[in-house]
Amino acid sequence: MMQKARNRRLLTLWRVIKTGMINFGRNAWLATAAMAVMTVTLGIVLFSIIASATLNNTIEQINSKIDISVYLADGTTTAQADKLMQTLRGMPEVRDVAYVSKDQALAIYRAENSGNQTLQEAISQTGNPLPASLKIAPVDPGRIDTIKALIDAPASVALEDPQIHSSYGGSQKAAINKIAHATSIMKRVGVVAVLLFAVISMLIIFNTIQMAIFNRRDEITIMRLLGASTWFIRGPFVVESVLYGVIAALISVEGIDLLFRLASSGLQASSLGLLNIDYAASYFRGHFWTLLPLQLGVGILIGAVSSTIATRRYLKFKSK
Amino acid sequence: MILLDRVTKTYGKHATPALDRVSLHVEPKEFVIVVGQSGAGKTTLLRLLTREEKPTSGKIIVGGIDYDKLKDREIPLLRRKIGVVFQDFKLLPNRTVFENVAFALEIVGMGGREIQHTVPKVLEIVNLKGKEKRMPQELSGGERQRVAIARAIVRQPKILIADEPTGNLDPKHAWDVINVLEKINRFGTTVLLTTHNQEIVNALKRRVVTIEHGQIVSDRARAAYSNEAAA
Repeated sequence: MMQKARNRRLLTLWRVIKTGMINFGRNAWLATAAMAVMTVTLGIVLFSIIASATLNNTIEQINSKIDISVYLADGTTTAQADKLMQTLRGMPEVRDVAYVSKDQALAIYRAENSGNQTLQEAISQTGNPLPASLKIAPVDPGRIDTIKALIDAPASVALEDPQIHSSYGGSQKAAINKIAHATSIMKRVGVVAVLLFAVISMLIIFNTIQMAIFNRRDEITIMRLLGASTWFIRGPFVVESVLYGVIAALISVEGIDLLFRLASSGLQASSLGLLNIDYAASYFRGHFWTLLPLQLGVGILIGAVSSTIATRRYLKFKSK
Repeated sequence: MILLDRVTKTYGKHATPALDRVSLHVEPKEFVIVVGQSGAGKTTLLRLLTREEKPTSGKIIVGGIDYDKLKDREIPLLRRKIGVVFQDFKLLPNRTVFENVAFALEIVGMGGREIQHTVPKVLEIVNLKGKEKRMPQELSGGERQRVAIARAIVRQPKILIADEPTGNLDPKHAWDVINVLEKINRFGTTVLLTTHNQEIVNALKRRVVTIEHGQIVSDRARAAYSNEAAA
């Protein structure tokens, strides 16, 4: 008896899936429309994810280039410098501190000006005028006030080169702040854009599926009158919409892949250098097996949820 | 088999009731014809029996099921026990004759082999043998209605409700449909038929219930009926 009931449920499940697939084939035009909208949506979502990862990468790169240099007076001992470094390393706002000795500073200077013969000669004749320095990399370039306070404390100032100010000062400080501000805005814009696109496209897809179901409301009513259960009627619609989602996900992923393969240079030019397309392409390849299931998941979810909601109104029983 | 006790149905708050304290008792295997002008309340009565509508007040019991105690998710189970035939056929347009009838069996989870075996038999009863693969739009009105009847009786319901099944048919096809209904009744199914075709009522010589303005005005066994009498 139990066995029989289970078999019947399995049979019904199979029929629901089969009907969904048949309907998918029979409603070719509507299927095409729904899939087109879904493909565009998923494409935009995927593109937003890649763009935001690329943007974050660019921001990371800019941030990692921002550091505060503290120039040390020539008489400063290694022990004194070490002590200051220890204090700095102990601060949560500091990511890293590097010590650049006078010799290293000279080597860097020579390397940076390797093409300029005059400067090379000038620096050789004067001995080494360059000070040793500490390069402080902050965790967040937007929040360097505590680091600044420590550097400006009298104990630190005593060690510092009186001639050269620490590099956060003056116009450099303003530049750091501007970059920090810009990057934080860009991050937020990226998140908002992804969410916005997702919501708008969900609404469009919901509408499309609702239209598909509206066309077949008589069919639903008839099934209802014949005593079909809610899931027996709804199931095929959900299966059909989920199929839209799966196919749209595959097309969108393949579309983005083609775009990167065929139009990389064109994209680079049209993004005005705002997006590093090479990085975007490598991010897409590197995360392909995360992005594909993600796209499939989003497609299936959108299909299932919107078809469930869209069928609801036609499946209600009169309660009055 | 069917029991209505002072059933009233009002659409909207202050409207005159579509059905006004209607009481009716139908025995098993009976063949009852409900007659009345359009708008008299016949269709409302049938919609209450299939639980498409809920009565405003009063009690309905069909085949031992008390509608007051019926939960929403049990409504499909109720409808599987009642066969319904509609004036506008209500066939699924994208399915063949065979599939339309088979659908009623798929709903109750019948196996494929059993369906293959059962559907042709029922199509034979309604004289549609050989038309299994036709689509509904390729059939005449009478044929479509017989498909609908096949669908309604394929689950062997105890009750068959037919709402003006001949309303859209010419006389010859109307009689085909009525003959099938009589045949089904002989097999032991309770039949509730609404019509305003005087000729059919008079020829059938069955119990006739007349509804006017939402009330039962006469209920006679083996009765005749004329439009003048009802008006």
